[in-house]
Amino acid sequence: MTYRDIVIVGGGPAGLAAATAAYDAGSTDIVVLEREENLGGILNQCIHNGFGLHTFKEELTGPEYAARFEQLVYDRGIEYRLGSTVINVSDDKVVTYVSEKDGLQKIKAKAVVLTCGCRERPRGGINIAGARAAGIFSAGTAQKLVNIDGLMPGREVVILGSGDIGLIMARRMTFEGAKVKAVVELMPYSSGLNRNIVQCLNDFDIPLLFSHTVVDIKATNGRVSSVVIAQVDEKLQPIMSTAQEIPCDTLLLSVGLLPENELAGYAGVQLSPVTNGAIVDDQMMTSVEGIFECGNVLHVHDLVDYVSEESTHAGKCAAAYVQNGMTATEYVPTCGTNGVRYVVPQKIRKDTNYEQISLRMRVANAFRNVELAVLLDGEKIVSRKRPIVTPGEMETVVLNSEMVERVKHGSKLEVTLLGGTK
Amino acid sequence: MSKQFICINCPLGCHLEVDDSNLDDIKVSGNTCPRGKIYAVSEVTAPKRMVTDSVPVEDGDVLRVSVKTASPIPKEKIFDCIEVIRTVRAHAPVNIGDVLYSNVCDTGVDIVATRNAKRI
Repeated sequence: MTYRDIVIVGGGPAGLAAATAAYDAGSTDIVVLEREENLGGILNQCIHNGFGLHTFKEELTGPEYAARFEQLVYDRGIEYRLGSTVINVSDDKVVTYVSEKDGLQKIKAKAVVLTCGCRERPRGGINIAGARAAGIFSAGTAQKLVNIDGLMPGREVVILGSGDIGLIMARRMTFEGAKVKAVVELMPYSSGLNRNIVQCLNDFDIPLLFSHTVVDIKATNGRVSSVVIAQVDEKLQPIMSTAQEIPCDTLLLSVGLLPENELAGYAGVQLSPVTNGAIVDDQMMTSVEGIFECGNVLHVHDLVDYVSEESTHAGKCAAAYVQNGMTATEYVPTCGTNGVRYVVPQKIRKDTNYEQISLRMRVANAFRNVELAVLLDGEKIVSRKRPIVTPGEMETVVLNSEMVERVKHGSKLEVTLLGGTK
Repeated sequence: MSKQFICINCPLGCHLEVDDSNLDDIKVSGNTCPRGKIYAVSEVTAPKRMVTDSVPVEDGDVLRVSVKTASPIPKEKIFDCIEVIRTVRAHAPVNIGDVLYSNVCDTGVDIVATRNAKRI
């Protein structure tokens, strides 16, 4: 067993930002463990542009954004190990990993930052009836095949789910010569970004069918030959009289992302049933002392810029913990009400040393002309007017030093929606 | 005539209202930054898009490197541009920003690499 101050599990955008921030905060004894053969995580296959407007004030592609953060890690000489898959994290912060080069290794850390990202919800997660044939892929798998491996998963495509990866893949497959026949969305709205609906679907006249779902998959000779779609009612139940068959050879699923918390589970980290990520305090520390979480493993983000921001904070906090140890004993819990589905962090330390705290949240439904208000024991301390909020776009409210000072003396922090129309 | 657009400059996706009854004085509302107005004007006069793709790389530590148009190109040239990119081969080492094809489809815009590839 070897000993390190900070072990970071995952070398994607969250891990790179956390490592850099921890180093810059004075904890230089760091190792980043990455299971793939490259740093950068999912950004490497996200070759489209639109990354980094907040962080770098310019529009980058995924690999370019990753390269900027990789460079920060190289510049500092932070150690990273590629091809290294972490298989266990214990509650006393022993990280076990395997790699072809090192074999089975254990590292005892003072702090562990989990930055393992999220996974796509598979077909089994939504129970689509029909053939178990070739030609059914998650959108991200298709993205990897096309962009990294240069392979086309199919020629005539139906996409279920209008999450961003599904929308991006509709355009990508179109560019590569495939015919995308429809994007089918169960909900009456898209969980993807507006800009992606415009430039990935509308630009190519790809129909987006809201309140529809796939009710059957048919196959010939072991390959998808058509899917049957139908409209759904208000209770999201298919109306079979509206069923129509669309011939295709490929079905892509873009039906949600799930934080990957298997390792957190091994360590006994308490998880939120709403986010599927850890319950964290304002320093991104989980219920297990010295184990931190940030990025998509904590809750699914729609902008990598926010992942970097959150992870920079987590890295800084991990370094502070290594240097100063634990102090917190009392917390002010946060919660979302009246349409705010969740708030991260879920609690704020009463003795927090941070002067600025970002509250990140998602709403349960789309609302127009709404006020996003933060209430401390029922009293409004800050609010933001929003022309539109949708479940697909994360909202952030920043508490300034004056507000944080007030929160320390409160007992419950609530984020709620006031006014607004559906 | 009044037209509605969703701004694609950034993920905010502002809902823009554009009055282009006078092409010399196009009126835009709903934008939250100056880029929204620029986008709306270009969308009713000469719409442009970035094109991103990936190309095979020879002797590299990765199979393919991703590429982009260095700036947006006219929307109607997207598929011609894709056809050209399909013929492009990169040779390692490749650095982000390397020009892999110049002046694609007479747009004056280059195809540049967006990923590094080491030579092996």
